Amino acid sequence: MPDAPVVLRVENLSLTLGGKAILHNVSFHLHGGEYVCLVGANGSGKTTLLRCLIGYCGSYTGRILWWGQCRSTISQRYLARRVAYVPQGEGRSAPFSVVDFVMLARYPHWDLFRSPGPQDRQAVRRALQLTDSEHLAERVVGSLSGGERQRVCLAAALAQEAEVLLLDEPTTFLDYRHQEDLRRLLTRFNRECGVTILAVTHDLNAAVLSGERVLALRDGQLAFQGAPTELMCPDVLKRIYAAELILTPHPTAQLPMVLPSVPGELS
Amino acid sequence: MKRADLLLIWVLLMAVAALAVAPWIGPKMLSPSLLWSNEDALDATILRGIRLPRVLTAFVAGAALALGGMTFQALFRNPLATPYTLGLAGGASFAAALAIQLGLSTSFLGLSSVSLAAFAGACGVILLVFALTRMRADFSTATLLLAGVALGFFFSSMILAMQYLSDPTRTFHMLRWMMGGLEGTAGYRDLWAVLVPAAPAAAMLAALRNEMNLLTLGEEWAVGRGVALVRTKALLLGLVGWMVASVVAICGPIGFVGLIVPHICRLLVGPDHRRLFPVTLAFGGTFLVICDTAARTVLAPTEIPVGIITSLLGGPFFLWLLIRQSPSGSSL
Repeated sequence: MPDAPVVLRVENLSLTLGGKAILHNVSFHLHGGEYVCLVGANGSGKTTLLRCLIGYCGSYTGRILWWGQCRSTISQRYLARRVAYVPQGEGRSAPFSVVDFVMLARYPHWDLFRSPGPQDRQAVRRALQLTDSEHLAERVVGSLSGGERQRVCLAAALAQEAEVLLLDEPTTFLDYRHQEDLRRLLTRFNRECGVTILAVTHDLNAAVLSGERVLALRDGQLAFQGAPTELMCPDVLKRIYAAELILTPHPTAQLPMVLPSVPGELS
Repeated sequence: MKRADLLLIWVLLMAVAALAVAPWIGPKMLSPSLLWSNEDALDATILRGIRLPRVLTAFVAGAALALGGMTFQALFRNPLATPYTLGLAGGASFAAALAIQLGLSTSFLGLSSVSLAAFAGACGVILLVFALTRMRADFSTATLLLAGVALGFFFSSMILAMQYLSDPTRTFHMLRWMMGGLEGTAGYRDLWAVLVPAAPAAAMLAALRNEMNLLTLGEEWAVGRGVALVRTKALLLGLVGWMVASVVAICGPIGFVGLIVPHICRLLVGPDHRRLFPVTLAFGGTFLVICDTAARTVLAPTEIPVGIITSLLGGPFFLWLLIRQSPSGSSL
């Protein structure tokens, strides 16, 4: 969607932690209504990049502009009304019931004198419906299975009613069926509601099938950005992962897919 | 959630009952006839001038310590956190011991030099902690916790050194102060000295209940939901520090209230701070009123330091808590 307004613009973002450059000169932008996947090897800086975008990081150099406004000048609460971030692995041992947990995501819409009202309750109900987790409403979050928690965390992000979703590995811990369900849900949200999505994933096949555009990080630098078809060629993948991957066409989507190699078979 | 609301009402009623009954109990049991007859002027003075302000001071102090513990347990996401976790009691005790050792006798607004020194010491520790967080922007709460423990040890060895070098009378005075208690409180002046600084801080903490809820879910999660992390953490630290410093200055470092009361309340009404806050306030106050009543009654006319009573009740409870706690640490 090249004509859509630019939601996020990142310019020359660099971040150093403990003398080590985690991100180096990363520049990209996000258009409204895009579904972008962020891939890269372990430790390549994907999570740190998302944290910088939401404002949970040390001091960085470069610029992060949300709707043309510098991130550091936007209040966290205002940002949360428009951008929902689902981190990896946090909030999982929460002692709250699912419905209370999801309700807490309505926080940016409250002020000092406004407590949860009918509008908030409706948003929570809708988010639980969409993520197929209404039956979990009275369960304690800490007692859920990994997949159930993942869905409940996404429900919280949906209840926040933001225009942009930043997701850190939303499909980890999910079985095949729930991975499919979640991707279908995200795609639906993206297409029907115009929600902009930036999702970190390790699943290249899923990224290629659902993302309109892929960003790839390698050692803190943007190693690739472009269409999924351009990503799936041996040279590019070798540059990103420093590994030889087996590619084969998807039977219906006609896109190259990555296959695991047979253990013990030398390449 | 009907049960939790009933429990809230139950705890509030218990607090009212404790406040109503405690002033009549003590080394000299007072007769309820004081309410309608004026014949015993001495008893009336004991009730209104001594017992009532002391019971109210105990309530305010207990409530403030319990709220401080509750807030720190949420902030540090650690069930073992207490209001003294950052070395606040250590700093206050050290400054109080120093005042005793130097025999300072200045007073301000009717407050003793020991109280003033303890308040200054506690505030000094808060400022030190703030300076530490300023020094490195990426100071995690876990690091802060360790820094607080280190500060506490540093101060206790300074106190030990001072006690070792001091004469026995002063050493005893220092030791007695550090046990904490309310027998040194004098009338309404000390009540105001605790209430006036603590009440606004508690009111501001009440406004941050949603933030505390989100912080228990993890910092990253809280940021993603719109909590201004740095500002909120600094505010919580500052408010609890200020509130607890004013309690410690008057009552000494009374232990265990700030640790066990929030846990009991969480078991009663669950982790939601919107409900946990009023319950902890009422229960903390009630608990210290009961402990203080026992402290001045059980061995009358001798008083037991209330810190001993709270710890006597707190120790076994703590062990029970450790034993029943599930491996996932879901008690918080």
